[in-house]
Amino acid sequence: MAKFEEGLRYSESHEYIRVEGEYGYIGISDYAQHALGNVVYVDMPEVDDEVTAGEEFGAVESVKAASDLISPVSGTVVEVNEALEDTPELLNEDAFANWIIKVQLSDPSELDNLMDVEAYKEHCKE
Amino acid sequence: MNKNTLTQYLSMEKKTCLYDRHVALGALMSPFGGFIMPIQYSNITDEHNAVRQHCGVFDVSHMGEVRITGPDAEKYVQHIFTNDVAGAPVGQIYYGMMLYPNGGTVDDLLVYKMGDNDFFLVINAANIDKDVAWMKEHTAGFDIKLDHQSDFYGQLAVQGPEAETVVEEVLGIPCSELKFYTAKVVCDIIISRTGYTGEDGFEIYGSHEFTQKSWDKLIESGRCKPCGLGCRDTLRFEVGLPLYGDELSAEISPVMAGLSMFCKLDKEEFIGKEALVEQKANGVAQKLVGIELADKAIPRHGYAVLNTEGEVVGEVTTGYHCLSVDKSVCMALVKTEFAKLDTPLAVQIRKKVFEGKVVKKKFYDKHYHK
Repeated sequence: MAKFEEGLRYSESHEYIRVEGEYGYIGISDYAQHALGNVVYVDMPEVDDEVTAGEEFGAVESVKAASDLISPVSGTVVEVNEALEDTPELLNEDAFANWIIKVQLSDPSELDNLMDVEAYKEHCKE
Repeated sequence: MNKNTLTQYLSMEKKTCLYDRHVALGALMSPFGGFIMPIQYSNITDEHNAVRQHCGVFDVSHMGEVRITGPDAEKYVQHIFTNDVAGAPVGQIYYGMMLYPNGGTVDDLLVYKMGDNDFFLVINAANIDKDVAWMKEHTAGFDIKLDHQSDFYGQLAVQGPEAETVVEEVLGIPCSELKFYTAKVVCDIIISRTGYTGEDGFEIYGSHEFTQKSWDKLIESGRCKPCGLGCRDTLRFEVGLPLYGDELSAEISPVMAGLSMFCKLDKEEFIGKEALVEQKANGVAQKLVGIELADKAIPRHGYAVLNTEGEVVGEVTTGYHCLSVDKSVCMALVKTEFAKLDTPLAVQIRKKVFEGKVVKKKFYDKHYHK
């Protein structure tokens, strides 16, 4: 059974964002890592890259397929989770603890377009 | 990630006789070659490793079977098939292709010699209709009977270093004396020491009822992991076995794919022979190679292969992060001048370019029991 974490915002394409002040930590949901299976590579942007809400910023590769990562918000990448370079399977172990990028938000109002945990649970049932 | 799509597939895709069992085991089901097939039961990595280290069973009932009998059966098989079955002992199996006159590949297949002028042909699921039509088109002048038996046979592949003891002890079919690429008939079933994983193993053709009972025994024994088509692909890929549609196609001849050893050009004739003779003499414009990347990013089917100047010189046919050796590798069809070992080549993966070099297109050694 997939786990869901309270207090995060979720996108339809199964990314989450944990907002702390003007920053957000973006990762993939536990539901998504389950559906992907063993993650073997995470394609991440670089620090200072711009990301745009609704646009691709990287990819997660499982054995069977590559899935684009879609940014839930716009902003500037201030940190990438370098641990995922050598140990991408951390996403399978704990998708919520292992965020992928940290972004400085350029437009916090975009968060209103995302789902809360209850809405996201419903979305996963569809 | 949309589970509802399953219901859509069900209306159009055929099911094998083990379909209900796959669903009961919670397999991820997906269309493949006109069938709805199990891709994975637990996860691809565990299933892959089970076959490399112990034993796995695959439902490969989607494969097609055609029986050719009659006074001209051998002559006919020699005409449509690239390998040489002349004077073969009963039970011998040959791998080879059916070709178009221009050398392009209709399909790759196994030919089992079941008796004098009696052959059993095993073809790819996705090509069944095309192959049977092709075979029928070329029967003129041959006194043969062509019997399409795909709907009758189920097929299990039991693969891995423990396959022999599992087949003997769980299924009670003696098989230790079977040599690599030979087959025998036991009651109504055909068992052969063949497979598509690079490990020792057996393929067993029988009625649907036999296939269902055997599957149940294998799963209940706990000595054999159910394995889906996901790991079948990673397993065949890393030992360099081709998949029709990726490494062979109507545009890719066996010479381009490096499979000339299965095309006997000293045979009197077969469809496509002249084209292959010409390709061998004058060379081919593209060749299939292996490419190993320095990074972990995964080259996938259809991605562009680039030379050091950044020009597109080929295309990935299959690629994975290889599970048995921790490397990202692919097979790719490239312009012949870039096909030499150690040639630096790169693969465009999404927005980035990943450097690599040409290597042998066998990334892991086969462990056949010969």
